[in-house]
Amino acid sequence: MKKPFFISDYVSLRKNTLSLNGETLFSCDQETSFKDFSKSLYKHIDMNYPKFYKMDSLSKLALLATEALFKNKNFIPEEENIALILSNKSGSLDTDLKHQDAIADETNFYPSPAVFVYTLANICLGEISIKYKLQTENAFFVSESFQPDFMTVYAKQLVQSGKAEKALCGWVEYTENTYEAFIYLVDEQGAFEHHSETIKKLYLE
Amino acid sequence: MENLKHELKTKIIEALNLEDIAIEDINDDHPLFGDGLGLDSIDALELIVLLDKDYGIKLTDPKEGKTIFQSINTMAAYITEHRSK
Repeated sequence: MKKPFFISDYVSLRKNTLSLNGETLFSCDQETSFKDFSKSLYKHIDMNYPKFYKMDSLSKLALLATEALFKNKNFIPEEENIALILSNKSGSLDTDLKHQDAIADETNFYPSPAVFVYTLANICLGEISIKYKLQTENAFFVSESFQPDFMTVYAKQLVQSGKAEKALCGWVEYTENTYEAFIYLVDEQGAFEHHSETIKKLYLE
Repeated sequence: MENLKHELKTKIIEALNLEDIAIEDINDDHPLFGDGLGLDSIDALELIVLLDKDYGIKLTDPKEGKTIFQSINTMAAYITEHRSK
């Protein structure tokens, strides 16, 4: 019989509010921009990772949500073989547009290398892997909306085949100051069974 | 030259998003890479763009950057000698 898996923790970041396992941990005024909100949250959760400031908004969003979740765990991420499976609707469009702006005018053609390196959605997975020293399975999917059914099957395959011990899954979407992150950790123990219906419910909380 | 050094520090902090660094934290002769400001290879490319955009200096050989970007002093000296704007 296959071992059951659970959702041990989940984080959502939307409307300038961070919540962990359904409890609000940090909140800012609704008028605050993502740039200022993310900076305040970075300080609030005491990240101390200067590279954060160099990241694009999608990576900041993914990293803040991951940090909030990992901080609540009594483990060292690099020792846990945690697969990363994230998804969104707009890929890296926000950064793609910034890069396009920088190359649109032939007479003022100065593309920024620091912007260009973020013109792929899965770079946010790389940033998480670098920060927590993870050399694990990872995948980034783009779809019209969050797909709990697909995500559940994919994560289950990874943990039940032994390719990963845990899986950090979810949705990280950012477009021009509109953002949403919902991530959860699939583990051998947890309060919620790892089913797509459960994930749908937690996502809509 | 002192004005240029101050201007360079401001531009570097802004261009490289060094939000935790203040102008007074950057010493003129301290290394910018490695143990200094901890800049990386992407930052080096940004500095090459900065030289082109703000001072009209095109580095054709990226290896030159290793010498030019050693410190604020070496950057300021190179810009003073080669700038076209």
